[in-house]
Amino acid sequence: MNEGFGAALSTAWSLVIGFDARLAQIVGLSLGISSLSCVLAAGVGMTAGAWLAVARFPGHRTLVAVLNTLLALPSVVVGLAVYLLLSRAGPLGSLGILFTPAAMVIAQTVLVLPVVAALTRQLVADAWHGNGEQLRSMGAAPFTAALLLLVHERLALVTIALTAFGRAISEVGAVMIVGGNIDGVTRVMTTAIALETSKGDLPLALGLGFVLLAVVGAINALIALVQRRQGTHEAAAPAAALPAAA
Amino acid sequence: MPLTMSSGLIALEGVAVRFGATTALHGVDFTLRAGERVALVGANGCGKTTLLRVLHGRLPHEGRRLVAGDLRQAMVYQRPFLLRVSVWRNLMLALWLAGVPAAERTARADAALARVGLAGERNRPARVLSGGQQQRLALARAWAVRPQVLFLDEPTASLDPGAKREVEQLITEFSAEGMALVMSTHNLGQAKRLATRVLYLEGGRLVVDLATNDFFERPLPEPAALFLKGELPWSA
Repeated sequence: MNEGFGAALSTAWSLVIGFDARLAQIVGLSLGISSLSCVLAAGVGMTAGAWLAVARFPGHRTLVAVLNTLLALPSVVVGLAVYLLLSRAGPLGSLGILFTPAAMVIAQTVLVLPVVAALTRQLVADAWHGNGEQLRSMGAAPFTAALLLLVHERLALVTIALTAFGRAISEVGAVMIVGGNIDGVTRVMTTAIALETSKGDLPLALGLGFVLLAVVGAINALIALVQRRQGTHEAAAPAAALPAAA
Repeated sequence: MPLTMSSGLIALEGVAVRFGATTALHGVDFTLRAGERVALVGANGCGKTTLLRVLHGRLPHEGRRLVAGDLRQAMVYQRPFLLRVSVWRNLMLALWLAGVPAAERTARADAALARVGLAGERNRPARVLSGGQQQRLALARAWAVRPQVLFLDEPTASLDPGAKREVEQLITEFSAEGMALVMSTHNLGQAKRLATRVLYLEGGRLVVDLATNDFFERPLPEPAALFLKGELPWSA
């Protein structure tokens, strides 16, 4: 068993080092789908989160509670919902994109959208609480002020985007359901790992596991870097500018 | 009856502010006239900042707040909020928010930076400036929109003596240009140097409203006299 595992590790490592074409294709597709999903979710989610942070209307609290609940949205549920939407009998069945990368992008976008929107809402709400009055005092409408606070908190937004990317690239349920795990078309790292493991082809599964770990590790390193940079930025603001409240 | 620039810029009639069960201001009557420099003094929590926010129109209240015509006003908060962008962009954004036409913004931003001695810091991130420089930038941002009334909340709190002197000098110069000023301060010397009129608040009530000379020379009601002598407890 140990010998088999050792051999699998060695083969996996050589696949990674040798930039195996099959492995590269799967990694490239994973990165592409998750990146595009995060860009789409960031565009919609950050705007919606900023708006939700400053807007007040009947049902606002309920909407925020629902959004926060969706943070824990199971990926298989998202996969199922998107599958039903895109299946031939579904309302968007005429698009004919089920079992294509486009469907996987949609599923991952839906999956990470609440993450981006909820974290952005909290970020902007906190900034608004402390500084909204000053922006309003300068003539900013609430939504304008919220967008300015997004600019102000852009480093934190990078952290949110990276968090969303980490969630997208490491999920398996949604992309498996709407992508179908078709070799060379919709097979991504997580679905390939699941399949190759079930087939007993450990080298490829392990190789993909290494790459996935490396990607997630790189994301965490980037988040730490962004947070460190933010901390340095704040530390540079002199204490004299932060007098105690009257 | 609407206010006119000659009768007063802003008038409060019976203004009260409540934060939940706490009443922060009780029945305040006050009229700010053109060219005045008003200092709000009193112990911590007496309602100075609340009164400034009401005058600036930023706080819901009971009673009436009358404003003369289309009055341009700006406020420099005790802890000015500067966006994490350059000094220059902070100014340009303020001018954009104030509705200043695009063609005028560059010249006005340049003039404002020169006015407060920050022309050399134009491209630096605003939030890495020193405390005094940040306060000057906040003053430049307010001055750039050419307000007729400028509200200042503890404008020199926590600044070193040099920065304090620079900020006071700017405030004096702004006033000389015809801007009316209302400022809260704990520094009685500053009130004496800068103000033409002093308002003493206690527990959310406007207790004393006198010309500066009278405030410092006339007998005052007991709490105000104790405050002047520095014998009032910290909290009102």
